[in-house]
Amino acid sequence: MDIAGALSVDHLKFLADGFKLTLYVAFISIVLSFIIGIVFGTLRYANIPFLSKVVAVIVETIRNLPLLLIIFFIFFALPEVGLKLSPTVAAIAALTVFESAMLAEIVRSGLNSIDKGQIEAARSSGLTYIQTLVSIVMPQALRRMVPPIVSQFISLLKDTSLCVIIALPEFMHNAQIIYAQNINFIIPIFVVVAFMYFIVNYCLSLIARRLESRQA
Amino acid sequence: MLDFSILINNLDTYLEGFKNTVLASIIALIGSFIIGVIVAVMRIAPIKPLNWIGSAYVEFIRNIPLLIIAFFFYIGLPSIGVTLSGFVAGTIALAIYTASFIAEAIRAGIQAVPKGQMEAARSSGLTYLQAMRIIILPQAIKIVIPPIGNQFINLVKNSAILGMIAGLDLMYFGDLVSSHTFVTFPVYIFVAMFYLVLTIPLSLGVGYLEKRLARSH
Repeated sequence: MDIAGALSVDHLKFLADGFKLTLYVAFISIVLSFIIGIVFGTLRYANIPFLSKVVAVIVETIRNLPLLLIIFFIFFALPEVGLKLSPTVAAIAALTVFESAMLAEIVRSGLNSIDKGQIEAARSSGLTYIQTLVSIVMPQALRRMVPPIVSQFISLLKDTSLCVIIALPEFMHNAQIIYAQNINFIIPIFVVVAFMYFIVNYCLSLIARRLESRQA
Repeated sequence: MLDFSILINNLDTYLEGFKNTVLASIIALIGSFIIGVIVAVMRIAPIKPLNWIGSAYVEFIRNIPLLIIAFFFYIGLPSIGVTLSGFVAGTIALAIYTASFIAEAIRAGIQAVPKGQMEAARSSGLTYLQAMRIIILPQAIKIVIPPIGNQFINLVKNSAILGMIAGLDLMYFGDLVSSHTFVTFPVYIFVAMFYLVLTIPLSLGVGYLEKRLARSH
């Protein structure tokens, strides 16, 4: 093992660049997934004939597929039908597709956790169904969704590492480039990369836990 | 657009991958359950150093990507002289990773059993381990089954990672089929179908168990 060689300043800078891209891709994906998740989750919650069923089938299909397959498919298979994406766009697209389905479920269970009596009260005081949803149910449900969304963001950060398969120059990919130079770099680099993920994700999980206990 | 002759002509290859995905999932499930129980017991045992080791395991493993663990066994260990096949390395990584989530589920289940039960068992003369085995665990198991079921679904999906370390699973053999047929799109649609054949019944089963066990409480 060559710890000093593996952790030279240049290498650490290169790892930091990768980590920045990991954070960037994960952040854009979670924002996009949140928007799509709100729409899909609400549609599934609202029990609109036919439409809610279609959304349910889409969400359940995506949730039951491996993320690796979705990343692989978007980057390697879509060009065959004329849609060629760069690794960064493909990564964001794949993570967004997968996470949207996850967040749709979080949104739906958040909405379901709001007491039905509130809807009845709002409706009988003259609000329409849409008004009730937007101004009564959603604001309360959103607060309950925050801790599971933070947890989901932790999985997303971890899952971004799967994008090495499409050569996205993120954290894991840059780590691979470093340890490919020298067999003695492998273990030290793995340890550093693992600890980096651990520190960031552990802090996020503490935030999620604190938010959860404050709500309870 | 979907050429079913690809599926029919390469059915043996697909089924070989499917078999290995199922095999890796089952072995990893059993392994992760055993490690998960041990870690969960360590976390709640009345011995402080054991608590720390258990917590460190759960917090560390849960917060790092599965891919690092898999690469550690497949690429890291050979660099210090231990060589494992992709299938073995991937299955061990899956078991270690999933164990941290299962340990958490089991701990939550055990702690959901009211404290008074343990106190009553201890004061009627049972040892801590006896009380655990005879009184607490049988009650906890009901609470714990649905989250473990969900972890098993995640495990099956995560097993796709074997494809990245030559683990002979569905993803790996999908790659093989697409290198024979020179197409990717239909090949991976069929790979997706094989995954759904596994995961959708599991999801429905877990959903059913969740509802039934919720009613029995």
